[in-house]
Amino acid sequence: MSAATPDAPDLAIIGSGPAGLAAAIAARALGLSVLVIEREAEPGGIPRHCAHSPYGWREYRRLMTGPAFARRLADDAARAGAVIACGTTVMALNPGPALTLASDRGIETITPARVLLAMGARETPRSTRLIGGTKPGGVLNTGALQGLVHLNGMLPFRRPVVLGTELVAFSALLTLRLAGANAAAMVEPADAPTARWPAALLPRLLRVPLHLGTRIDAIEGTSRVEGVRVTGPRGTRRIAADGVVVTGGFRPEAALLRGTTIALDPATGGPVVDQFGRTSDPAVFAAGNLLRPVETAGWCHREGRAAAATIAASLAGELPPHGPALSITLGDGVAYVVPQRIALGTGPHHARGPGAGSAPDAAQVRLQLRLTAPVRGEVRVEVDGRRIASLPVDSRPERRLVLTLPPDVPPGSATVRVEAEA
Amino acid sequence: MTPAVPHATPSSAAAAATDTAPYDVAVVGAGVVGCAIARRLALEGARVVVLEKAADVLAGASKANSAILHTGFDAPPGTLEAACIAAGHAEYRAIHDRLGLPLIETGALVIAWNETEAARLPALMADAERNDVPVHPLTAAEIRRMEPNLGAGVAGGFRVAGEAIIDPWSTPHAYLAQALANGAALMTGAEVTGGTFDGAAWTLAVAHRDAVRARVVVNAAGLFGDRVEAALLGASSFQIRPRKGQFIVYDKPAAALAGHILLPVPTEITKGVVVCRTAFGNLLVGPTAEEQEDRTTAALDAALLERLKKRAEAIVPALEGETVTALYAGLRPASEAKEYRVAAHPDRRYVAVGGIRSTGLSAALGLAVHIHGLVAGMATGVMGGAAPADPVWPRVPNIAEGAPRDWERPGNGGIVCHCESVTRREIEAALAGPLGARTVAGLKRRTRVTMGRCQGFYCSAALAALTDGRLAEPFVPAHPTPLGAGADHPAASVHVAAGRALPAMPADALPSDAAPTGSARAEAPPAETACAGAARADGQPAETARRDAGPADATRAAVSDTAPSPATVRATREAGR
Repeated sequence: MSAATPDAPDLAIIGSGPAGLAAAIAARALGLSVLVIEREAEPGGIPRHCAHSPYGWREYRRLMTGPAFARRLADDAARAGAVIACGTTVMALNPGPALTLASDRGIETITPARVLLAMGARETPRSTRLIGGTKPGGVLNTGALQGLVHLNGMLPFRRPVVLGTELVAFSALLTLRLAGANAAAMVEPADAPTARWPAALLPRLLRVPLHLGTRIDAIEGTSRVEGVRVTGPRGTRRIAADGVVVTGGFRPEAALLRGTTIALDPATGGPVVDQFGRTSDPAVFAAGNLLRPVETAGWCHREGRAAAATIAASLAGELPPHGPALSITLGDGVAYVVPQRIALGTGPHHARGPGAGSAPDAAQVRLQLRLTAPVRGEVRVEVDGRRIASLPVDSRPERRLVLTLPPDVPPGSATVRVEAEA
Repeated sequence: MTPAVPHATPSSAAAAATDTAPYDVAVVGAGVVGCAIARRLALEGARVVVLEKAADVLAGASKANSAILHTGFDAPPGTLEAACIAAGHAEYRAIHDRLGLPLIETGALVIAWNETEAARLPALMADAERNDVPVHPLTAAEIRRMEPNLGAGVAGGFRVAGEAIIDPWSTPHAYLAQALANGAALMTGAEVTGGTFDGAAWTLAVAHRDAVRARVVVNAAGLFGDRVEAALLGASSFQIRPRKGQFIVYDKPAAALAGHILLPVPTEITKGVVVCRTAFGNLLVGPTAEEQEDRTTAALDAALLERLKKRAEAIVPALEGETVTALYAGLRPASEAKEYRVAAHPDRRYVAVGGIRSTGLSAALGLAVHIHGLVAGMATGVMGGAAPADPVWPRVPNIAEGAPRDWERPGNGGIVCHCESVTRREIEAALAGPLGARTVAGLKRRTRVTMGRCQGFYCSAALAALTDGRLAEPFVPAHPTPLGAGADHPAASVHVAAGRALPAMPADALPSDAAPTGSARAEAPPAETACAGAARADGQPAETARRDAGPADATRAAVSDTAPSPATVRATREAGR
């Protein structure tokens, strides 16, 4: 190991997006030695190629673009004394914890005292969605499009169809506009746009036809995309286009964790964590969009900061041990809940849920959750059929809900479910 | 569109056609069968030229298959197909280590899913016995013990120990690389449009190029085999009936769900839906079987893929929770008859290798030996000189799991494609040399870039920068954008930083003990030698220069070009014009 990359830091952070860098800055402020491991050539994560506002308002009290925000975080982390190893990939996470790293130097192994997983999330590709047709060039996720445009100054098409209406789809529209192009159409299988006002006004502003209730049957073209066949309320038609931007459908980038001892939650696609962001390995923590798809950079930043504080507490022996817990199971109408487990030990320290605040000093646990369908009614947390917490809702699935648990919850199993209004 | 460096220049082809003796054999088509035939003939001493109409090799039927090395247990006994699969299977096992090719010994289970299928098992096992392939009958309970993830309904089956998983692309690449290293030439973008035979040699008309002369023509044109035969002989003795097969690839964790290759009881039409691991650590399900007219486009059909997915989930129910990584579709070059359409015409010095429908990958080496026999038997001396006494055995870079990969070695330039752990050095090696990738698809087949779970979400920008100006069809077409190199753009500094992060790697940065470099050295690149030769001041034809120099010298001459910078490539391209 070279002198610049410590092989036994207090904390190794995997991923240098907003969650990872915020954790690095906060952990340095708490006196921990920190190594940030980034497989890309530059730190900053996804905001590096989201060249539009708004970023940074809450963190730096000014409106910034994604790249500016990413640079500022990376600079702050480096200035705080965190070592950022770019071009370095974690190939294996073993108990200990021990990390196997691959880089231009070949293979190295490090043994940090604690690990923070902050690998983020990525969009679902075309293949996973079983979209038919030919496989020409020019079918990309938003992440790939923005990387090409903002990192390389390359524009892969001039009039693509944009599939999906999550927030990221509108980010794709902005990217196209910045690059001097525009979408031929926006296509959404559901009957309403996923992201709501004001983003949903964007297609009209940019004169992009928005086709709701419409799915892509087939992509056409030989070497490059020539058109897209869609079926919607007005039947089947062909849209001439030279590309397809397949947006959204985020999933945590958790491949590293498959086959390890870290328990995964099929509902989120990320690791199971307790209210300290601690995984099933008590030396391994998680923060940011690895926990669930998908929140804003600012939210991930707060989760990273909170994780640094709980990790410092863990190193000081102040967290309750892995012991009795209240585990959360999903009931009707709930897509996921984070954390999935509430540690109940009598440790000296209690924390709120991930992302809930800057310091783990509150006694109450907050659950973040999302619904599977629009509902008006109540989200209930029940233990043995007894309601211990509830939240009135009139909400759609894309909205993040936060529900505060009462102090001193009992051990056992709690079900979180939706009770729709009659 | 930026033209990339052709595998051989028109000028060198012209030199071969007019200034020098004809080739001994022209192989039409660089699919797995053509590549294996070129290898066998080169190893037997023939001067071979491979003519491929696409910009890169393996662009037709061989770009998509199930990547299984079959034993031929279910081939019709006594047929050429059965004999070639048996011989091809045996030769692959004998040579794969020397070429650096993987062999994953899974064995296969043939599984009957109902009593009707179970009733056909004894006949299948009898066929296997006639094909000299050992099989072991199993009860439903025994099968369950071997494969605990199987769904309900197993009625019985048998095990075929010899069936194995191989790398569908490195395999033909290795065959062709060995042919090239032993004196064969490759021309891509070289469509044969007609030809005349003057009693001693063929003069083949090649689109956009000078004619190519060869004493014997072997037609291994796959999906266009009948068209090539008609163009050469005036009529075709067989008709290609493309049969599409669609596949689903699951992400790597799913590979743990199946130890064996899981085969159904085959029908007259198809081997049926297979579930098996891949050499790259994924799980593969497919293929479908759909007749179609189109010989070039294999479109994905979402409804059929949904049905295929359901079928896969019936075979292995746990697949329902696994992620689909990739979809692909291929075309089998089936003909109107079931059997291979192999025929020699000694009077015309022509051999057809047609209708190699779904067993080409397994049978290719066996077919090659058979074709060599047909060619050598045509007339005394058609095979040219003596077989090389000490043939070159180039090793292909390993991209399969289970053997050391480049990322484990220092100096790899870092990982570019994170899902498949493809290093910058592997990509550079795949772009260089005689078999350098000329298309994005070709680069994927050589390295697996973008073929993993993210399908290019993370690495597209880095790959586009790395391949800029080096492919026949660019990764990203050059649309003008106001963001281009504009210094006042907010991302401009990031752009510069990205450029700094991917500096051109000097050739001497490649250590000699690394596999990709080793193979790049061993694969004497006649194309680049030819390019350099074409630019020689003395005007000596490149092809002659290369042959005079011999493979070893050609290899040395090529080493300095192992990892050309884009500027070198552009200069070489201009020199080749």
